[in-house]
Order: sequence, then C-alpha cells, then structure tokens
Amino acid sequence: MASEPLAAAAAPILEVERIGKRFGGLVALTDVSFSIGRGEIYGLIGPNGAGKTTLFNVLTGIYRQDSGAIRFEGAPLANPTPDRIAKLGIARTFQNIRLFANLSALENVMIGRHVRTRAGVVGAVLRDRATRAEEAAIERRARELLRYVGIAERGNELARHLSYGDQRRLEIARALATDPKLLALDEPAAGMNATEKLDLRKLLEAIRRDGTTVLIIEHDVRLVMGLCDRVLVLDYGRNIAEGAPRAIQKDPRVIDAYLGKPREGGTA
Amino acid sequence: MALPHSIRANPRLKWIGVALIAATLLALPFALASVGTAWVRITNFAILFSLLALGLNIVVGFAGLLDLGYIAFYAVGAYTYALLASPHFNVHLPWWAILPIGAAVACVFGVLLGTPTLKLRGDYLAIVTLGFGEIIRIFLNNLSEPFNLTNGPKGISTIDSIHVMGIDFGNMTRIGGLAVSGTIKYYYFLLAVLVVVIVVNLRLQDSRIGRAWEAIREDELAARSMGINTRNMKLLAFAMGASFGGVAGGMFSAIQGFISPESFVLTESVMVLSMVVLGGMGNVWGVILGAILLSFVPEVLRYTVEPVQRWMFGRALVDPEVIRMLLFGLAMVVMMLFRPAGLLPSALRKRELVAPEDGL
Repeated sequence: MASEPLAAAAAPILEVERIGKRFGGLVALTDVSFSIGRGEIYGLIGPNGAGKTTLFNVLTGIYRQDSGAIRFEGAPLANPTPDRIAKLGIARTFQNIRLFANLSALENVMIGRHVRTRAGVVGAVLRDRATRAEEAAIERRARELLRYVGIAERGNELARHLSYGDQRRLEIARALATDPKLLALDEPAAGMNATEKLDLRKLLEAIRRDGTTVLIIEHDVRLVMGLCDRVLVLDYGRNIAEGAPRAIQKDPRVIDAYLGKPREGGTA
Repeated sequence: MALPHSIRANPRLKWIGVALIAATLLALPFALASVGTAWVRITNFAILFSLLALGLNIVVGFAGLLDLGYIAFYAVGAYTYALLASPHFNVHLPWWAILPIGAAVACVFGVLLGTPTLKLRGDYLAIVTLGFGEIIRIFLNNLSEPFNLTNGPKGISTIDSIHVMGIDFGNMTRIGGLAVSGTIKYYYFLLAVLVVVIVVNLRLQDSRIGRAWEAIREDELAARSMGINTRNMKLLAFAMGASFGGVAGGMFSAIQGFISPESFVLTESVMVLSMVVLGGMGNVWGVILGAILLSFVPEVLRYTVEPVQRWMFGRALVDPEVIRMLLFGLAMVVMMLFRPAGLLPSALRKRELVAPEDGL
C-alpha cells in the first residue's frame, strides 16, 4: 500500500485493523485496514456498493464487525454502541440526511449537546441555578454552531423546511455539538451546487483548523482531491489503494475500479 | 401554552388571569355541589383521569411509545395503597407515606415493562403493553391463593381515607358555618396534586430530558448517534409515566374506599389513551382538556339521553349506555377526521401531520 510517510502521523486518532463484515452471503467488507492521524482530513472513496457506508456504520457502532479491531485514541472500542461512540468523541452525519425533521434547527443542535450535558429529571423539575445555567449554555453553544456553519438566521425554522444544502450544514452543526474529536461525514456534498460545495470545503477546512479530525465519504472527485490529506479507496469491500490524492489518481487499480478493466490487448 | 400576544407582553395581565382561574377553581366545587353532589364527584374523577392522562402523555406524547396497558400502573398504585391502609393486612400507614411508595412500586413495574420492550415500537409495542395490562389484572384477580394478597375478584374494602392535620377526608367537616363534604375536600387535594403534576410535565418537556425524548420520537437512530442513551431514556419515560399512574391509583383507592380488579380493565387503558389522543398528544393542556371532556361528556349523556328520548318518542327506546358508547365512538371518528392532531395539538404533532413537502 502506498502510504505517504508525511501523513502517517505519530499518534493516530483512529486505527482500523483488518475489519470484515458480511450480511448473510454478501461480503461487505474484507480485511479493511487504515489509520487516521490527528488533524487529518481523510477521504474514503470508491464506486457505489464498495462498502463505504457499511464501514461508516461499523465505525459508529451501528453494525458490529465480524472480524478485526478498531482503536480510537489508542484504546480498543469494546462493545461499541452508537451512543457510546458519540460519547467517546466520534460524531457522524448520514448519507440520507437524518435530522429531527419536525424540530427547529436550533433544537436539533441543542439535542446534539445532550451527551456533553448532565441535567436529569430532578434538575429539569426543580430548575435550580445549575440547570438554568446549563440550559442557557446549551442554547448559546447551539446558536454559536449555527453561526459557525453559516445558518445562524435559520435557527427557528423547522429542519425539514431548510434547503438541502442547509440541511447538510445543520447536520454538521448537530454533529459538532457533541464536541467530537473525529467528525465522520457521509457524502456531505451530495446534492449541493458548486457554490455550496465551495462553502462546504471552507467549512471543513475551518473545522480541521479548529482541531477536529475529519473522515469524509465523498463522490465529488474534485472536492476530495482538493480537500483530503490522504484517501482510501474501497472496491468490493477491500481497500485497493491508500495515499495522497495525487498518487491515488494515477493508481491503475483505482482507475480500473472506477472505469472498469481495459479490454484484452489494451494496456492501462 | 399558546397565550395571546397581549398577555405574554404584559406580565401583570398574566397574573390577574392566573388569579381569576385559581379563584374559579377554588369556588367550583361549591357551585357544582349546589347543582348536585354527583357533579363534584364527577369532577374529582375528571381530575383523577387528567393525572392518568398526563402520566401516559409522558410515554406516548413525549417519548412516542404507544402503551395500551397503562391502567396496570394505576392498578399497582391503587393496590399498594389498599394493602397498606386497610384492615386486609391490618396495616394503616398514613397517605403521605403510601403515595410515594405507590409511585415507587409502579415505577418498578414501569421498568419491568420497559426493559423487555426496548426494541419494540409502534404496533408491536402496543401489543406487548396490552398483554402486560391484562397480566396485571389477571394476577390481581387470582392472587388470593395460596396466600391472600389481593383478595381476588372480591377486591379490598374499607380502605382508609386521607387525613390531613386531623381532618378526615372521608367525612363532612364544618368550617365555621360551612359544611365541607369529603368529596369537596378530595377535590382540593386532587387539584393540588394536579398542579404539581402539570408543573412537572411542563418542565420536563422543556428540558434536556424532554429534548432527548423528542429526538427519540423523531428518529431513534439519529438520536443514538448523537449520544443519547435511548435505552435509559425510554426506561425513564416508562418509569416516570408509571409513577404518575401509581400516584393516581393511590388517590383512587383513598377516594373510593373500595377497589377490585374490575376497575382496571382494558377499556380503561383505551379510555386514558383516547384522552391523550383526543386532547392532543404531547400538549399538556390538550391532554387535560381531553381528560375533562371524556370524563364529563358520558356523564352529561347519562343524564340527557333518556329524557330526550322520552320527549321525542314518548318512551326510552335505547338504553342510555348503548347510546353513550355510540356517540362516543362517533365523536372519536369525527375528531380523527377533522382534527387528527387533537383538540389542542402540540406544535410538534401539528407539524408532523402536515404533508411533508420536501421529502424529509
């Protein structure tokens, strides 16, 4: 595998080792291994059905892998469930946006703060000073995040009334509300126009600058090439190449995966 | 609550409004008693059902878990009170000790029901909870042997009434020249409990916990992915709802002085659920309105159906009970056609029932 030495950071935040996952007779992932360095923007690409979303679902505790191990910040993920993973510091967005559609944008982000706040039933009922302070902090942080992703003025609108691009941004804001160390984005640019994609790229760069590692599944090649430090290519559930975007682009296996094998007689 | 803007803008108006409502509620039982003592009793039951409906609202309205066996918790609370304050075991604890115990026991049963049903939703959950309700009732019916715990279908009688500062709520008291019946005293007691339960409901809804429940209702997987421990949150909803049911059950025991498994049949569960749905799932005021309507309308019909028939046809053709249920069913169908989100829909439900125009 063509690993770039510069990007193989000293302390990887996420290490994935020989992950395998099958659904009945369908093999979705076979021996997928990679590691993401702290502060990287790491891309995950591959043709449709290559297993990208399955890999995401394994990483975020929705599926359990059949074999292999995942380590986050050096510690193995034992008995992972989605809520434990979020608590550990991996937040995600969904390919088919899953916002709380009938709640306002602000409420969506406030729910993201749940995992980092503490008020229980007693606090909720008594509304003591600490609970009121926490509520105020939750709302303040949620508004801050709406501004950060650029939809500050949309706070009171229902999530489902937002434009497609804004819904994607809101999902990112909601994920950021959980204070993630690793932000995992499943096709965040899908359905966006060119301007929105440019804004998204700026946003993701800002997120990285502010100290969050980013893992991103994306189809838009230009976005991936411009944004990612390293890219992993999946095909039929295997990693076929990993490395800097430029190297990947020229890799014959990647070209084969995307364009099909050349006919006999032709040379790649 | 949807207050008119002028009231919201002027806090003094709001307090005058609250004072007016309070005065009305305080004077209400005496006004009702002058019409007929039965109406005070009916009002008491309307409040009791409001308590139940508010408890169920936490489970159904807030967390979105359909519970068709809710009356079981009412039964657990009622029997806890009856066993700890009656000659049955010759135990006579004071009400302020039993009501919390009843709430706690019901809470345990709530968790008992919640734990195995965590992965179920919608219809499947409804079926299991329905079964749970029936199991509790059948147990109550049969736990008279080998050890007589519940006294079986005969029920438990001569349950202690509530005493507050030496005043027995079971009897008439004279305060100055005013004769205050036991029913009227219970009215004030129930009203006080209702106010507490309303405040708890409203505050829970608008809190970190309430938001977590909303998230689970909207999209459970997304809620989990945001770090919400859906298992604990659902159990909490079951436990909270059950505790309220348990308190209401205890009050029921004290007021009635007699309970038997017959009071806790499936129709009662359906009735409480109807109150929640009719009034507006998730809206505290709507749920109370639903409970009051469904408690009063049948009683009003009971007093009107026969006279109206006599006046129209000269004699009573149809049994009032039959007409009552018929009109009741008709009213529910009409409601669901014209106000599917309830009489006072919660903002959230209203949004949900609007056809989603943008596919989310």
